[in-house]
Amino acid sequence: MTLPTVTTDEVDPTKLRWRRPRLRLGRWSAPLGIAGAAVALIWVLVAILAPLIEPHDPLAQNLPILQAPGHGTLMGTDELGRDVFSRVLSGASVTIPLSLLLVVMSVLIGAVLGAIAGFIGRWVDELIMRITDLVMAFPTVILAMVIAAALGASLFNAVLAALIVSWPSYARLTRGLVLGLRQSNYVVSGQLLGFSALKSLWRDIAPNILGPILVLASLDIGTAILLLSGLSFLGLGAKPPTAEWGSMVSDAVQNFDSWWLGLFPGLAILTVVVAFNFIGDALRDALDPKSNTLRGGGLTL
Amino acid sequence: MTVPVLSTSDVVVEYRGRPPLRAVDGVSLAIGAGEVVALVGESGCGKSSLARAVIGIEKRASGSVRFGTSDVPVLGIRRRPHELTGMQMVFQDPNSSLNPRRRVGDQIGDGVSAALARGEAGSDPAEWLERVGLDPGAARSYPHEFSGGQKQRIAIARALAARPAMLVADEPISALDASTQTSVAALMRALCLDAGAGMLFISHDLSVVRRIADRTLVMYRGRIVESGHTETIWQDPIHPYTQALLAAIPVPDGAGRLPITPQDADRLTWTEAIPEALERTAP
Repeated sequence: MTLPTVTTDEVDPTKLRWRRPRLRLGRWSAPLGIAGAAVALIWVLVAILAPLIEPHDPLAQNLPILQAPGHGTLMGTDELGRDVFSRVLSGASVTIPLSLLLVVMSVLIGAVLGAIAGFIGRWVDELIMRITDLVMAFPTVILAMVIAAALGASLFNAVLAALIVSWPSYARLTRGLVLGLRQSNYVVSGQLLGFSALKSLWRDIAPNILGPILVLASLDIGTAILLLSGLSFLGLGAKPPTAEWGSMVSDAVQNFDSWWLGLFPGLAILTVVVAFNFIGDALRDALDPKSNTLRGGGLTL
Repeated sequence: MTVPVLSTSDVVVEYRGRPPLRAVDGVSLAIGAGEVVALVGESGCGKSSLARAVIGIEKRASGSVRFGTSDVPVLGIRRRPHELTGMQMVFQDPNSSLNPRRRVGDQIGDGVSAALARGEAGSDPAEWLERVGLDPGAARSYPHEFSGGQKQRIAIARALAARPAMLVADEPISALDASTQTSVAALMRALCLDAGAGMLFISHDLSVVRRIADRTLVMYRGRIVESGHTETIWQDPIHPYTQALLAAIPVPDGAGRLPITPQDADRLTWTEAIPEALERTAP
């Protein structure tokens, strides 16, 4: 059997990335996207307003320990007598902004390096692409764990580790898109009119490749949340007193009979990840209604 | 003709392969100010490669291209020096010539900025739209709101707004329908003459070329096989390839004759060099 001669440089982010199982939403894409946006908006509001709406101090250990939900608390208390509901709300203000920051930083770093690689080409391209190959050759989560462990457990280091493993997919996507437009007539026309490389990239290329990059970014927010909570769950992220969903689930493992300890932060992770993924899927379908991938949609936007 | 605006000597363009494909095989030409020169030939004869090599999009294997007094470098990462923005290009496909995400007025404005940067007079994009036969109020619209012919007019406006001394047009009318072809071609000639610019007009449509070109170059397999005044060549083609090209034009004489289809045996005679077919001036 001969393999199709598609190189990894082709613009197909689903091939460049380790695939996450993807729902085929079909005509439900838009309504689910709106529902996802609503849930995500609620979570973002919670993240912003957490200090104001928490019924208790999420760090105060002044309630009866391991109390089931209902006795004056919505989601019970943990083994140190802290209010789980307040901690779940507080966790939103830790995980969501950090995940958004992580995705924004990955997009910025990846897009800039990818654009440089695609526009300049030659050895610069070679160098940047080999670095992305190097990073992408390892399983994401495991590489992030190794880096986070090497840097030392802290939320900042967890974000840094996640950043190191997540920018290459943006670099590859951007490079492919830039490469596709580089020789297009309007980019060449701009150059003939005396555009510098920066001006070509900014005026002619960037507006025309933004769509697919934003879709990938929106699909990645959920992944970023999972990765950060995952690192915290493993003890490589948030340090103990901090109310972080991943570390809350991790603590719950030690008190397995108290189901409320793990259920609520778990549900928080689930709802926020699903909400952001629905937004991403809807965005993708909106930008490219014909196919289930980004292929083709990117260059003709 | 005094100092030509554009001159090339022995331009060779090769594409990698085994053996390498020599698309342009030693072409020398010179175009003066206010002169419209047509380059004709069949598909794949190297017309577009020559045009792209002339303006510097395509790498030249050898030979040189001079615009005025400066050499034309190949377009790369570096910004084109201002003096070279006096050379502009109109592409074949109007749909890919304009940035879909920018207003057409802004894109024509890029041409105006190029003219200003070179120390030439500025102009108003809306004025250019009017000059190419479009509504000046359309400056705020995006390219997808226009038809192919209109987009090509916008691309022409953008190129001319840079006040070029040389316009290279790579089959600018072949993607347009028959009714707009002639009007766009005539418009290009009028605007170039108006600006005193030279034009290299590439086409395989000989009847349009006859209307607008002062001189015609006939290209076959990467070489210029016949050149000279358009009317001279039209009336009395010497080279067998030119004769075959002209014979292939349908004649609307009502007699219902079909144009002559070239035979494979003819192709052998087309590659021969006929020195007297070049630089023909007198009728």
